[in-house]
Amino acid sequence: MSLKNILEDWSKYRKGREEGGFHEYEHMWGMAIDLDKCTGCNACSVACYAENNLAFVGKERMGKGQGMHWLRLERYWDEPDLGESTVSDYQYHGASFVPTMCQQCNAATCEPVCPVAATYHTPDGLNAQVYNRCIGSRYCSNNCPYRLRYFNFYSYYEEAWPAPLNMQLNPDLSVRDKGVMEKCTFCIQRIRTGKDAASREGRQVRDGDIQTACAQSCPTKAISFGDLLKMYDPSSKVADSKTAGLWRKHQVQLGKTKQNKQTADLRGYRILEGLNTDPCVMYLERVRDV
Amino acid sequence: MPTRDIDEDIKWAQINKDVLRSMENPRMGYWIAIAVSLTLLSFAVGAEIYQYNVGMGPSNLNWPHMWDLYIATFIFWIGMSHSGTLLSAILHIIQADWRKPIYRFAEAMTTFTLMTAGLFPVIHLGRLWNMYWVLPYFSDRGIWPNFRSPLVWDAFAISTYLTSSALFLFIGMIPDLSICRDNTRGWRKKLYTVLSLGWRGDDRQWRNFRKTYMLMACFLIPLAVSVHSIVSADFAMSIMPGWHVTTFPPYFVAGALYSGCAAIITLFILLRYFFRFEQYMTMPILDKTCKLTFAIAMVWTYLNLIEFSSIWYGHDEVGKELLLAKFNGPYSPYFWAMLFLGSVMPFTLAFEKIRNNIPALFVISLLLNVGMWLERWMIVTPTLSLSYHPFAFDVMWPSWVQWFIVLGSFGWFGLLFLVFVKIVPSVSMYEVKEMIFHRRHLANKDIASVMHRRATDDGSMATETPGN
Repeated sequence: MSLKNILEDWSKYRKGREEGGFHEYEHMWGMAIDLDKCTGCNACSVACYAENNLAFVGKERMGKGQGMHWLRLERYWDEPDLGESTVSDYQYHGASFVPTMCQQCNAATCEPVCPVAATYHTPDGLNAQVYNRCIGSRYCSNNCPYRLRYFNFYSYYEEAWPAPLNMQLNPDLSVRDKGVMEKCTFCIQRIRTGKDAASREGRQVRDGDIQTACAQSCPTKAISFGDLLKMYDPSSKVADSKTAGLWRKHQVQLGKTKQNKQTADLRGYRILEGLNTDPCVMYLERVRDV
Repeated sequence: MPTRDIDEDIKWAQINKDVLRSMENPRMGYWIAIAVSLTLLSFAVGAEIYQYNVGMGPSNLNWPHMWDLYIATFIFWIGMSHSGTLLSAILHIIQADWRKPIYRFAEAMTTFTLMTAGLFPVIHLGRLWNMYWVLPYFSDRGIWPNFRSPLVWDAFAISTYLTSSALFLFIGMIPDLSICRDNTRGWRKKLYTVLSLGWRGDDRQWRNFRKTYMLMACFLIPLAVSVHSIVSADFAMSIMPGWHVTTFPPYFVAGALYSGCAAIITLFILLRYFFRFEQYMTMPILDKTCKLTFAIAMVWTYLNLIEFSSIWYGHDEVGKELLLAKFNGPYSPYFWAMLFLGSVMPFTLAFEKIRNNIPALFVISLLLNVGMWLERWMIVTPTLSLSYHPFAFDVMWPSWVQWFIVLGSFGWFGLLFLVFVKIVPSVSMYEVKEMIFHRRHLANKDIASVMHRRATDDGSMATETPGN
C-alpha cells in the first residue's frame, strides 16, 4: 500500500468487487475444476512441487502438519450410513477428491489483515504474496477460511534439494527461506512469461497461451485455467476463455440460481461461498447415481 | 479486624524511614527470587536462540495452528497491565484515596507487563529482525504498513501505551525520588539527583505537578480501554468462528482488569510480607481490592455468558459447533478449568473470612490468573483447531520450546520488578502522607465541613470559621 493509494484510491482500494470497488483489472485469472473427471491421482500436486520449488519436508514434519503442499488433494468419504433406509456404501463409491489450491478470492480475507501488506491484489486478479515483504505474523493463514496458506517453519534450501537435486529447481522463481508465508500463485511465473511473449508479439494474451502446472499435468483435463475477466466485464478486450465458458454454463450463483433435476448443468460451486470471499476457483460437483 | 485504611497517627518521618528501608540491604529471599527469575529467563533465552536458528518448527506450531501460546501469553501480559492504570488513573480521578499506598507497584506492574508483552509478537514472528516493518517509518520506496491490519493498530496502541504508562509512572514518583535524593549517598544520590529533575517541593512545582498528573491520568484511561479493545480486534476483525465476536472488546477489557487485579493481590501480599509494609498495605485496603476483583470477575462472567448465548441463539452453525467443541472437544479440560477458575473461584472472595486470610488469598489470586491465562489460550487455539474447512481440523499441543518461553516471560517480569523495588520506593511516600493528612482532617468534623466546601456554595460559608 503506497501513500498515493491511501490518499487517492482509498475507497476503491478497500471495497470488494460487488460494491463497485473493482481494480483496473487487466486479467482475472480463474479456474474451473471438474470433480467428475478428477481421479485423485495427485499428478497436479506433484507438478506443483516441481514447478514452484516446494520443499519436501519429510514424513515426520508432514505428520506434524508442517507440509508445504500448495496444491493438496483433499479426500472425503460419505458417511456409511445416511439414515433411514438409504445406506450408502462408501466402499463402492470410493473417496471424493477435491484438489484445493489458493482460491485467489476477489475479496480475500488474508489481504486486509497482513500488517505489512505483503499480500495484496494484483491487476491480474491474483492474490499475490510478496516473500521479501513478509515478516511472518501468520495472521493471513489464520484468517483464510480455506486454510490454504503454508508457512516455512524451517529453512529448507540447504537440505530439501541435496546436490545434484538442486539442479531441478525452477530458476523462474525463488526458493523461500524460513519465516515466510507462501501459497499457490496460479504459477505467476508462467503468467508473466506468457504475457511477456504476447507483448513482444504485440498482441493480447490468447486463451490457452498460459497453462498452470496443475492444469497441464492433469491426465483427465479436470482442471481448466483461463481468464474470467470477459465474463465479469464484457467490454474488456481480453479473449473469452474456455474457463469463462464453463463458469457461465455451470455456475450456481448464490441467491440467484439453484441446482435441480431440470438444470443438471448447474453444478458449479465455490467453496464456502456464503462467506462472500468471492473466490476465482469453481468446482463442478461430482454427479453420482445414488 | 481494623476498619481504618491506614493508621492516622503514623509520623511522617516514620513513613520515609519505613519505605526507604525497603530499598536497601536485600535479604536472602530477595537473592533467591533473583536467582529463580534468572533461571526461568535463561530457559526462555535458550529456547529462543534455538528457535531463532532453526525456525518456528520446533515450537510445534503447524498448519493450521499458526498462532498459539505466544499470542495467548501476549494477550495475558497486555491484560495484566490494565489494572495499574485502573488503580492509578481511574481511582485517582474518582478520588478513591485508598489506592494511594498500593498504586505505585501496580503502575510499575503495568509498565513491566507491557515490556514483557511486547517481546511476544517479536518472538512469534518468523523473521523477527523485520519487526520494525509494521511501523510507519519513512522510506524512499513509499512502502507503508497496511493500515487496515489490526496488527498495525496493535503496534501503535501498545507502543503508545507503554510510553505513556512509563511516563505516568515516572511523573508520579518525582516527589518520592527527591526524598530518596535527600536521604542517600554515593551512586544512589547521583541517580536520584538526575531523576528527581530538581524537585524542591515549592508551590509552583506542586501546582504544575498536580496538573500534569491529572492530565496524564485523563489521557491514560481512554488509552488503556482502547489498547485492549485493539488487541481484541486482532480476533474480532477476523472472520473465524469464535473470534468474530462483537462483544470481544469489552470482554477483553474486563478480562484484562480481572487478571490485573488478581496480580495486584499477589504482589500486594508479597510486598507486605517481605518489606513488612503492614502499616501501609493494610487489611482494609486488601479487602477493598478483593471486592473490586470480585466485581470485575462477575462482569467477566456476564460477558462470557453473553458470548455463549449470542452464539447459541445465532445462525452461525460453524460458531455453534465450535462452542460445543469447546465444552466437550479435545481442549475441553482446559476450557472447564478456565470457567471454574474464572467464574466459580472468585466467589471465595465473597467471604470475609477468606478475604482476611492472607495465605488463602495468595493461592486464590494465583489461581485466578491461571484461569485468565487459560482463557487467552482457549480463545486462540480451539478456533484454529476447528474452523470452516473440515480438511484443516487439527489438534496441536505446544512443545517445550513454547512452554519455556512462556515460563521465561514470568522470569523476565519478576526480574524487572525485583530490580524496581530496590531502586524506587514501592509505596508512594508523599501520597500516603497526603492520605493521612486528609483523613486526619476528615476525622475532625469541624474541619471536615470546611474541607467539603464547594465552589457552588454561597459566599456565607467562606466566612465561617471552623468550630461554628
